[in-house]
Amino acid sequence: MRVLVLFAHPAQRKKSINLAMADRARLVEGITVADLYAEYPRFSIDVDREQRRLLTHDVIVFQFPLFWYSTPALLKQWQDLVLEYGFAYGPAGKKLAGKHALVCVTTGGSRDDYSAIGGNEHPIEEFLLPLRQTSLLCGMDFLPPFVLHAANHIEASRVQAHIETYPLLLTALRDDHFDFSAAHTHQVLSVDDLVRLMGG
Amino acid sequence: MEELAFYAFAYLAAAVFTVIISQRLGLGTVVGYIVAGVIIGPVLQVSTGGTGYLEHFSEFGIVMMLFLIGLEIDPQMVWKLRTKLLGLGGLQVVATVCLLTALGVALGFTWQQSVLFGFIGALSSTAIVLQTLEEKGVLDSDGGIAGFAVLLFQDFAVIPMLACIPLMTDAGSAAPSGHGPTLLQSLPGWASALLTLAAVAFVVIAGQYLSRPVFRVIALLRLREIFTAMALLLVVAISLLMSAVGLSPALGAFLGGVVLANSEFKHELQNDVEPFKGLLLGLFFMTIGAKIDLAILRDNWLVICAATLGLVIVKVAVLLPLGWLFKIRAAAGWLFALGLAQAGEFGFVLLSIGRDREILTEQMTSVSILVITMGMILTPSLFALYNRIAVLIDDRQGQAEAEQPDEATIIIAGVGRFGQIVNRMLLANGHRAVVLDYRADVVDDVRRFGVRSFFGDASRPDLLKSAGLAKAGLLVVAIDDRERANEIVRHARQHNPDIIIIARAYDRLHHYQLMEAGATHIVRELFGSSIEAAGLALQSLGMHPYEVEKRKSIFVEEDVAGLNRMASLVDASMRAPDNPTFIAGFNDIGRVIESAMRGERAIYDDIVRRGWSLPELDEVHSVQNAKDRI
Repeated sequence: MRVLVLFAHPAQRKKSINLAMADRARLVEGITVADLYAEYPRFSIDVDREQRRLLTHDVIVFQFPLFWYSTPALLKQWQDLVLEYGFAYGPAGKKLAGKHALVCVTTGGSRDDYSAIGGNEHPIEEFLLPLRQTSLLCGMDFLPPFVLHAANHIEASRVQAHIETYPLLLTALRDDHFDFSAAHTHQVLSVDDLVRLMGG
Repeated sequence: MEELAFYAFAYLAAAVFTVIISQRLGLGTVVGYIVAGVIIGPVLQVSTGGTGYLEHFSEFGIVMMLFLIGLEIDPQMVWKLRTKLLGLGGLQVVATVCLLTALGVALGFTWQQSVLFGFIGALSSTAIVLQTLEEKGVLDSDGGIAGFAVLLFQDFAVIPMLACIPLMTDAGSAAPSGHGPTLLQSLPGWASALLTLAAVAFVVIAGQYLSRPVFRVIALLRLREIFTAMALLLVVAISLLMSAVGLSPALGAFLGGVVLANSEFKHELQNDVEPFKGLLLGLFFMTIGAKIDLAILRDNWLVICAATLGLVIVKVAVLLPLGWLFKIRAAAGWLFALGLAQAGEFGFVLLSIGRDREILTEQMTSVSILVITMGMILTPSLFALYNRIAVLIDDRQGQAEAEQPDEATIIIAGVGRFGQIVNRMLLANGHRAVVLDYRADVVDDVRRFGVRSFFGDASRPDLLKSAGLAKAGLLVVAIDDRERANEIVRHARQHNPDIIIIARAYDRLHHYQLMEAGATHIVRELFGSSIEAAGLALQSLGMHPYEVEKRKSIFVEEDVAGLNRMASLVDASMRAPDNPTFIAGFNDIGRVIESAMRGERAIYDDIVRRGWSLPELDEVHSVQNAKDRI
């Protein structure tokens, strides 16, 4: 399948995990990686171009660090502008129906923080509800998110594993080696889950 | 007049002809000039009348060479190379001088002669070696850097050598040629020492405080040729002063160069003096060649060959272990040793001084000249030998150790109102650009803020070259002269195809000219600020600031899109009103601009509203779960 990564990160420092992931993604042959903050530094999104880009891909990956339980501002701007009435929804819309949406997110809070009894009082997938509902309204298949918790506090080897798994995930999606129905039995996708879901 | 014209013709014709051939053979220019001298001297017997006068004249070539070397002394670079420079360079010079002196004495020469041979042998040919290293692209390799450092030290070492030679002969023997009677002969020792010091101090102080205001005035008056005349005057004046107190003019010129190395006129001076230096130095080498006695070559060819080989072997024997000691090993070590194994052009200068001081006989001088020349002619073969050795060593570590390339230079041409802001922003982000401007007062102001800036006309190719165009990664052309800007862009694109060029355009038409010249990014000089003003106007009329921002960015996008669409229709060589295609195309400049010009808002409004405009209300109700807008 044709994979599009919408990468949104307003402060791409050298040590950024998300930047490392995006760099790995760029090395995967035949997928598109869009660094939204590089393409639209002034937030003046070219709606027609973005819509054309969506139409020529089958899997849309939203890759970003979680800011205040939500996407970075430009990715929100992207949703507001690109998912237009008459294109993404509405009687004449639904042009994205049947595509897959996948959120790849890193969080500062740990796995325990994101639980009913943790500091954030909700699991991560509940915070991603707006994206999920947006995708469903557009007729897209919303996959469980690929999450790295406590990104700045866990040991380097786990971070590395997450970074290295990402391009494998994209490759599996590209080559149709991804078991979608099995994926939907999970709440979130971890590195270990993915190893099982990527056949071939 | 006729005679003069004839000599000029003979010299110039011989030079042009032989230097081209010698350069094509990879022997460098020096050998070419010497051969030219041989042709007009001993072969054709043209020059017998002219040499004496010409010789004195051509000595200015050496003076200018040292002036230019002085100008090139960049304290920072010297500091970075300090270990190699002092350690490697110093040991090389001392060891070679000692070895050759001992060898000379052993062969039965006087000690003065032997020391002189030592001096000559210790120096290598800066011109040939640097040129070859650069051509082969190994100037930045370990061996290349070491070679460069040693050459630089040798340039320094020339100065004490020049000072030593008179000390080796009895005082009062023939003064160096081309000098009038010195003031000092009638003075007691302490007074002459004091006067000498005073002269040196005068050169430093005058160079620093007197010459710069003069250059500034000339620059402000835009008198190109007078600037050149002033540069030459400076060199000649220093030579006169130095000769008057019995010091070497070359030494004085070197000092003068160092004093001006950090001034804003550095590049301009280099460009003005360079051609004179080149030709006069060429003339100097020709007079050397003209004095070669072919009979001597015929009678002594065995001695000359033996001496040449001996010199190369001694030099390599010194350089190779020294390089090893300083961790320049394997192939890099061989590059370093074989590259510097010839004697240099400065040897000729020392020889002629030695002959004037009667340290050497005519015969010895002629033989020595031939030995140095042979060494130079051998240099390309030595580099070829290095290539063979490098292949044999199969030096993979040399590849791995290749150093990081220097950070590419940034050049800003023009630091008026436009370039200054570019430069400030770059500085704020830790990039130090080289700044060029042809208005001396502007350069002066900018220098006060500690910016590396130089006076000069950036559209002159040589100035761009000395500012580092070949290695630059980025060039910002911020001058307000349209034609000049086009020239700079064209030249830069030609000589450095990969460079990123950001150019300032006067208007749409100039935009196209710059595009054709090869600019990467083009900024219309007033477009941004006009949009800014238009935005403020809209805001003052009560429009919401965010709405203003949206409308600004869409206007800019549409305008740029129109500009690019029209690019194919424009003939940049024509004035817009004379070009029917342009006028026709102007009507196709883009929906937005066109409708805006006619005062129609519909299309523009549609584009701006998009994304936040509500669909028709009845449609909203027909869609469940429509986007929640309040």
